Amino acid sequence: MRNSTTRRWQGVVAGLWLISAGAFAAAEIKEAKEAPPVRLDSTADHSKFKQLQGTFDSGPKVTKACLSCHTEAARQVHRTKHWTWEFLNPDNQQRLGKKNVLNNFCISISQNYPFCTSCHVGYGWKDKNFDFAAEENVDCLVCHDTTGNYKKLPGLAGHPAYKPVETPPGSGNMVKPPDLAKIAQKIGKTSRDTCGACHFFGGGGDGVKHGDMDSSLAAPDKDLDIHMDATGLDFTCATCHATSSHDVPGSRYKPTATDKHGAHIRGKMGQGNPATCQACHGNTPHKEKARLNTHAEKIACQTCHVPTFARGGVATKMSWDWSTAGQKGADGKHMTRKDDHNHVIYDTRKGDFVLGEKVKPEYRWFNGDISYTLLGDKVEKSDVPTGVNRIGGSPADGRSMIWPMKVMRGVQPFDPINKTLVMPHTAGNDDIGFWKNLEWEKAIADGMQNMGAPFSGKVDFIKTEMFWPITHMVAPKDKALACAECHSADSRLKGIDGIYMPSHSQKRWLDIAGWLAAAATLLGVLIHGALRIVMSRRK
Amino acid sequence: MSATKIYVFKRFERFWHWAQMLLVLTLLTTGFEVHGAYRLFGFERAAGYHTIAAWSLVGLWVFAIFWHFTTGEWKQYIPTLAKVDAMIKYYALGIFTDAPHPFRATRLKKHNPLQRLAYLGVLLFISPLIWVTGWFYILHDNWTAWGWDKYLSLETVAFFHTVAAFMMLIFLIAHVYLTTAGHTPTSHIKAMITGWEEVGDEETGAPAAK
Repeated sequence: MRNSTTRRWQGVVAGLWLISAGAFAAAEIKEAKEAPPVRLDSTADHSKFKQLQGTFDSGPKVTKACLSCHTEAARQVHRTKHWTWEFLNPDNQQRLGKKNVLNNFCISISQNYPFCTSCHVGYGWKDKNFDFAAEENVDCLVCHDTTGNYKKLPGLAGHPAYKPVETPPGSGNMVKPPDLAKIAQKIGKTSRDTCGACHFFGGGGDGVKHGDMDSSLAAPDKDLDIHMDATGLDFTCATCHATSSHDVPGSRYKPTATDKHGAHIRGKMGQGNPATCQACHGNTPHKEKARLNTHAEKIACQTCHVPTFARGGVATKMSWDWSTAGQKGADGKHMTRKDDHNHVIYDTRKGDFVLGEKVKPEYRWFNGDISYTLLGDKVEKSDVPTGVNRIGGSPADGRSMIWPMKVMRGVQPFDPINKTLVMPHTAGNDDIGFWKNLEWEKAIADGMQNMGAPFSGKVDFIKTEMFWPITHMVAPKDKALACAECHSADSRLKGIDGIYMPSHSQKRWLDIAGWLAAAATLLGVLIHGALRIVMSRRK
Repeated sequence: MSATKIYVFKRFERFWHWAQMLLVLTLLTTGFEVHGAYRLFGFERAAGYHTIAAWSLVGLWVFAIFWHFTTGEWKQYIPTLAKVDAMIKYYALGIFTDAPHPFRATRLKKHNPLQRLAYLGVLLFISPLIWVTGWFYILHDNWTAWGWDKYLSLETVAFFHTVAAFMMLIFLIAHVYLTTAGHTPTSHIKAMITGWEEVGDEETGAPAAK
C-alpha cells in the first residue's frame, strides 16, 4: 500500500515537472521566433554590401569591388600555382606548371591560351603577354560562386560571357550571360562544384584526365567517396585541401607519397601536407586489424581504399593516339565514332581514344619524385614509351610506398630531327589551329615559335606515357580491396619488386620439390600397403 | 588366439593426439591455401583460420608439455638405436611374410624404436622450425616497432615455414600409413581411440622372437 501511494505522488511530481518544463520550452521557442534571422555560415552577408549593388559589365569590375574590402586577396592569389600556372620543383629545378609542361592529352597551352585559360583563376590570359601583376585580373567568382551560374567559356580567355552566347554553337539556343552582381552577392566558400568546374573537366572533358576526379564527385554517394558523400560526411575539396592565404595545398608536381607526420594536431607546426590521408587518420588507422597497419608501412592508403577509379559513371581516357587524326567522313567532313556506351572513340581532330570505367589502377613504388620531359629535352622514338613524366620510387629508398596510378598512354607528335616533343596550336577558329585545319606542320610551327623553341618542320609520332597518382574516390571500408586482390597468383601487385606476399610470391622450385617429396611418400606407402595385401592374400 | 591388451595411451594423451590431428590438418589445409596452392576458403578466411588454429595448438602444447613433464612421459621420446635395425627389417620384409612384430609395447615403452626416432625428429626439428617461423609470422606486425625488420625478411621466414610444412605433410602421410602396421592393421588406431593396445599372443608376440 505504502509503496503504491509513494509511486502515485512521484507520478504527480513528475507530471508537474514535465508541464512546467514544457511551458519554459514554449516560451524559449517564442522568444527565438521573435529574434531576427541570422546567417550562421558567415559573419558577412554579401548581398547587404553596397559595393555589390547595381550591375557589373565585366569580371574585373567585380574583382575591384571585392578588393575594396579584401585588400590582400589578389596578391595572395598572385603567389599561387592557380594564378601563375608555374611551379619550380625545388628538388630538380625543373620549371613546371601548365605554362611549361606537356601532357599526352591536349598536349600544351602554347597558342591555345584563350581556350585553356577558361580554367585560369583570372581574366584575359589570351596570349603570352598576359599581365600577371594586375590585381583586377584575378577571378574571385570562379572559386567562390555558390549559385552555379558562373561559367567561363572556352575561347574567352577566362572571362565569362558578357553577351548571350549560342550554346552549343550552331544550335540556335541562346544562353543568357550570368548576372555578375547576383553571383557576387551570394559569394561563399569554395565547393565541390567550384573546384570541379575545372578539375573535373581536365583534359578537355568530364573525367578525361585524372580518372579519380569527374563530375560524379559533385554529389557523390557513399560508395563513390566516403568523405564527400553528399548525404553523409559531405566534405568539400577544401576539407582536406585545407587552404590558407589562397594557396591550396596538395600538388601533382610534388606529391606527398609517404607521410610520416601522423595526424595533424592544432598548434603544432611543420606537419606537412594537410591533404594526405594520414593528416587526419594518422599512420596506424586500422583499429581492429593491426595487420593492416603493417601493410600501411609499405602500401599507400589509396592502394586498398581506391579499388577502382572512374567509378561514378563517367569514363576517363586511358589512351589517346594523335597519329590517326585527320580521317574524314565519306562526306569529306569532320567525323566522330562512338562505342556502345556512346563514348567518342574517334574524332577527326584528335585521333583515337580508349576510354575506361571502373578501371583497376596500375601500381608502382612511388616516393613523390616526379620529373617531366620538357620542351627542350631529347626524346628517342622507340617501342618503349617516352615518359611525359617519370615517377621515382623503389622498395629500398625508405620513402616509397606502393601507389595506385592511372597510366595515360598516348601517341603524340614530336620533332624527329630535333628529337623533342612539340607543342601544337590546336584550338581556335583561325587558319593555323590543327583542330580546324588538320595540318600538323603549320600548327606545330606556330606553337613552337610562341615558346621560342626550335622546330625542324618535320613531324613524326612517338609513344608516350604519363603517370597520374590516384587518390580520390575513396570507397567505404567494406568496399576496400579484399586480401585476395593482391594475395593471389593473379595479383594486382604482380611484377612489383621488393615485396613478399603469401599466396603470390612463392618459390616455384620449393613447391615442386615439396609436392614431389610428398607424392613420393604417398606412392611409397601405397606400394608398401598394396604389397602387404597381395602377400597376405597369397597365403 | 588370445590377444593380450595393455593400457598404453591415457585419456589426456588420446585427447592431445586427436585434437592435435584436427589442428594440424586445419593448419596444413589453410596453410597451403595461404601459400597459394589452391582456393578453398579464400585467402582472408584461410589466413584467419590458420592463425586461430596456430594459437589453439600453442594452447594445446602448453598442456601437453606440462603433462609430459609431470607424468614423466617425456622419457618415451628418448632415442635408442637398439632394435632399429629389427624394425627396418620388419617394415622392409617381415611385414609381408607375417613375421612377428619385433616390438612389444609396454606402458614404459609405448613407441617402437623407429617411432621414437621419427617423433623425436618431429619434436626437435620440424616443430621448432615451424614454430619459430610461425611466431615470426604472427609477430610480423611488430617487426618494425621492435627493430626486427632489420634482421628478418618475410621471404626467408616464409621459405622455412613452407619447408617445415612440407616436412610435416610428409610425416603425416607416413604416420597415417604406419598406424596400420601394428600387430594387426587396426591395433594402433584402436589403441589411440580406446587406450588399449593389442600386443599379440603371449607366446609369439614376444619382442624379437627370432
